[in-house]
Amino acid sequence: MLELIQDYWLYFLVGRYPEGPLGGLALTVLLASLALVLSLPLGLLLGLARISPWRALRWPVTALIHVVRGIPLLLVIFWAYFFLPNLTGHESGQFTTMLVALVIFDGIYLAEIVRAGVQAVPKGQLEAARSLGLPYLSAMRTVILPQALRHMLPSLVNQFVSTIKETSLGYIIGLAEVSFVASQINGLVLTKPVQVYFLLGMTYFILCFSLSRAAFWLERRQARVLKAAA
Amino acid sequence: MLQFDLHLLLSGDYHDWLLSGLLLSLQLMAITLLLSLPLACGVAMLRLAPSRFLNALGATYVELIRNVPLLAHFLFWYFGAPELLPQAWKERLYAGNIEAISAIVALTLYTAAYMAEDIRSGIRAIPAQQFEAGRALGFSFLQTMRLCILPQALRLSLPPLLSQTLNLWQNTSIATVIGVAELMYQTQRVETASFRSVEAFAFASVAYLTVSLLISGLAALLQRRAA
Amino acid sequence: MITFDNVNKYYGNYHALNGISEHVSKGEVLVVCGPSGSGKSTLIRTINRLEPIASGHITVAGQDIHAPGLDVNAFRSHIGFVFQQFNLFPHLSVLANCALAPQRLRGLSKHKAEERAMALLERVGLAHKAQAMPAALSGGQQQRVAIARALAMQPPLMLFDEPTSALDPEMVGEVLQVMRDLAHGGMTMVCVTHEMGFAREVADRVWFMDHGQVLERGSPEAFFGSPQHPRAQQFLSDIRSPFTASAST
Repeated sequence: MLELIQDYWLYFLVGRYPEGPLGGLALTVLLASLALVLSLPLGLLLGLARISPWRALRWPVTALIHVVRGIPLLLVIFWAYFFLPNLTGHESGQFTTMLVALVIFDGIYLAEIVRAGVQAVPKGQLEAARSLGLPYLSAMRTVILPQALRHMLPSLVNQFVSTIKETSLGYIIGLAEVSFVASQINGLVLTKPVQVYFLLGMTYFILCFSLSRAAFWLERRQARVLKAAA
Repeated sequence: MLQFDLHLLLSGDYHDWLLSGLLLSLQLMAITLLLSLPLACGVAMLRLAPSRFLNALGATYVELIRNVPLLAHFLFWYFGAPELLPQAWKERLYAGNIEAISAIVALTLYTAAYMAEDIRSGIRAIPAQQFEAGRALGFSFLQTMRLCILPQALRLSLPPLLSQTLNLWQNTSIATVIGVAELMYQTQRVETASFRSVEAFAFASVAYLTVSLLISGLAALLQRRAA
Repeated sequence: MITFDNVNKYYGNYHALNGISEHVSKGEVLVVCGPSGSGKSTLIRTINRLEPIASGHITVAGQDIHAPGLDVNAFRSHIGFVFQQFNLFPHLSVLANCALAPQRLRGLSKHKAEERAMALLERVGLAHKAQAMPAALSGGQQQRVAIARALAMQPPLMLFDEPTSALDPEMVGEVLQVMRDLAHGGMTMVCVTHEMGFAREVADRVWFMDHGQVLERGSPEAFFGSPQHPRAQQFLSDIRSPFTASAST
């Protein structure tokens, strides 16, 4: 296994870069980070729409959320892969396709996290803000969301972990993320599939486990802060 | 805009392919459920056992599985694991349905890891006195678990377990990666053969959505009954 | 200042407010008391539209508060509301809590808003806590900040919904003191409270409510001295009974 690592570590980490596009673990992390950054505003908007007092906004968004949550991410990726070119008018690369699919999919899941976070803020906070005369959106922005986002932080980190795992589906459309690269390596070496895929698993494990530990630590720290304030 | 040809989906070869894919997806889900529930119970109990070593074993299982994407699991169990088997077994496996078997192994281990956590929460929600009552009657740890605690815990865990079932249903789609002829695979096959992407994906979307809504509906029903 | 005209409200089948027709004058300090579930909190919450009503009219300063064109936010910004649970914003400092609304709604600069907030914090005796976070304050201090926050909008009317019910007994006094000073300054106040001492000392009028109706109204002397309605008499004797040491719930 050592020679395997020695021979292919660079390819595994960055793909064909710089001769070709970025790939491997670097691409995985880049894709996941971008997806999280872009899906957060979408998730915020959808989550707020989901709990807004205006039915015309609430019902379509709730329906959209239920539909997207009812189909697998793979199907969302395929929809994006086959229909994004029609929508935008020109060819979209695998990276763009994957990014769009992830932003939509994760945005929807984040909407539920936002909803739970906002609903966890005590009702009296909104009443106090509205009693001062603050309009609904202003009250949300200055009073509710800051408190909600603080509560949601561990969930957001967990969502990032999920996103990293979701990038692996780029394999199916040929995106050179780390699972795809591992398979390429397996195709080159042929005699060490166990080692190759074990190393792949270990890579994901180290990355995701450290992040979920961070989330756990965040959750514990928040619980302690809440207890001290009580 | 392409024309939507409903006939494609209602009869003929494409229809048969898609239907057989849907059936296989459902079978994958059912078999995995059957296998992963007992495994999940076992792992949950490992994590609650009075031995530190067993706790660590259970925790390691859960963390190892959950932090690796399902696709990587599929790749490992299909490409890697069979190589570890003795020659005779390997030959039998390759002759038989290795795709489905690898898929079921990967799905079962993955789903069980998540269900174990939900069951563990359920067990911990049962007051300790219940467990003491069982032991006081003379039952061993395992017997108490099986007869007194687990039945209650499973009822409590039902909502998150149904949520995991929902995830499982969607996860069956990833089996396409190792060549299992389930719904996603067949959808791609229809699309390649007919270039009718909209109809094929629409069928898949409706199929997945329908089963998802049925599972969610069941969860909502049970929640209302429990309330 | 405030007029209730045949106001009704239901919670499902329960008739929470039953044909309320009353009037509150400008500059008046009104105390609303009664047993739990009498509708007093509901009534005060209808004044700034935290609760909707089923029928009837409520007028504040001559304006029908349910008129279709009314800007609810502007309306609310002219009424100060103090909650039982204080509801200070935990992520903002004491000063920021008080300066938030003047800055955002009255267009004051941050500097001016904080100036105004500091003056009010001085008035309630908490200027030294301006930079503290709400969690570091005692209940009594938090409630005083809540009063300052409401006053920062310079409202002509202040509503108090059981302001001392959530406080430990030794902190009730400091809050009542602030409310008394406000009353002596000529503020129109409606207070739902169990603090009968405060009612007797500061109130101009007392309403007794039970089962969604105002059963008795009058000056504190009249109400406490010789209550007319049998349920009012029962209520007062329950409070005064030596076996219930404090009037708070």
